[in-house]
Amino acid sequence: MADVNRGNRPLSPHLSIYRPQLTSVTSILTRITGNALLLGALLIVWWFLAASSSAEYFTVVDTIITSVVGDLVMFLSLWALWYHALAGVRHLIWDNAIGLELETAEKLGWAVIGGSVFLTILTTIIIM
Amino acid sequence: MRFLTDRKRAVGLGSAKTGTAHFWAMKVSSVALLFLVPLFVFTFGSMLGQPHEEVVAYFARPFPAIVAALTMVVGFMHFKDGVQVLIEDYVHGTMQKVLIILMICLCYAAAATGLFALARIAL
Repeated sequence: MADVNRGNRPLSPHLSIYRPQLTSVTSILTRITGNALLLGALLIVWWFLAASSSAEYFTVVDTIITSVVGDLVMFLSLWALWYHALAGVRHLIWDNAIGLELETAEKLGWAVIGGSVFLTILTTIIIM
Repeated sequence: MRFLTDRKRAVGLGSAKTGTAHFWAMKVSSVALLFLVPLFVFTFGSMLGQPHEEVVAYFARPFPAIVAALTMVVGFMHFKDGVQVLIEDYVHGTMQKVLIILMICLCYAAAATGLFALARIAL
């Protein structure tokens, strides 16, 4: 058994053949949002570094991060942050073998989507 | 051809004993971030776009500075563990190891840079 061919056996199609479902899409989005947050996180570190350096350098970096493109990145990062946080809560619940029934899992999926949009708009209004 | 089966080679060696460490680290950091993220969103968010003197004075205060420091350190350590799983799923062989090491080092560097900046502002 140690030398069986593990390299090029045929695989059944999975991603390419199944209709996207709420559970799979929300799961994939968890990964995408979590990893995409690197960009916003690095921009924030840069912003802090500039703030600690000098007023001139801070103005340069702050202008970039609050430009139209910067605002868009930060706004999308805010949504990604809330989405990833709520999706993480869903995983903390699932870790206890609770809420794994299809119906409950789909409700939780909609809660993550709706909750992330709501929290993004709410926090944007408050901190603007 | 080897005559030992995979099972024969594994029997009696016991578990690897560290299999759950990564999962547990992600769980702990995620719970910590659940508290830190809302605090950071409101403290940092209210300062983005403000004048330099105001930003420096604000992050010289204990609460905003400690929230920012914790969020950056715990956040990058959480990211380090998360991005490792992403790489392990899609990249294999030497490139997998190279990318994991690079991303972990980037997280260490970003966390250190954030802490250094905060220290210079606060002290």
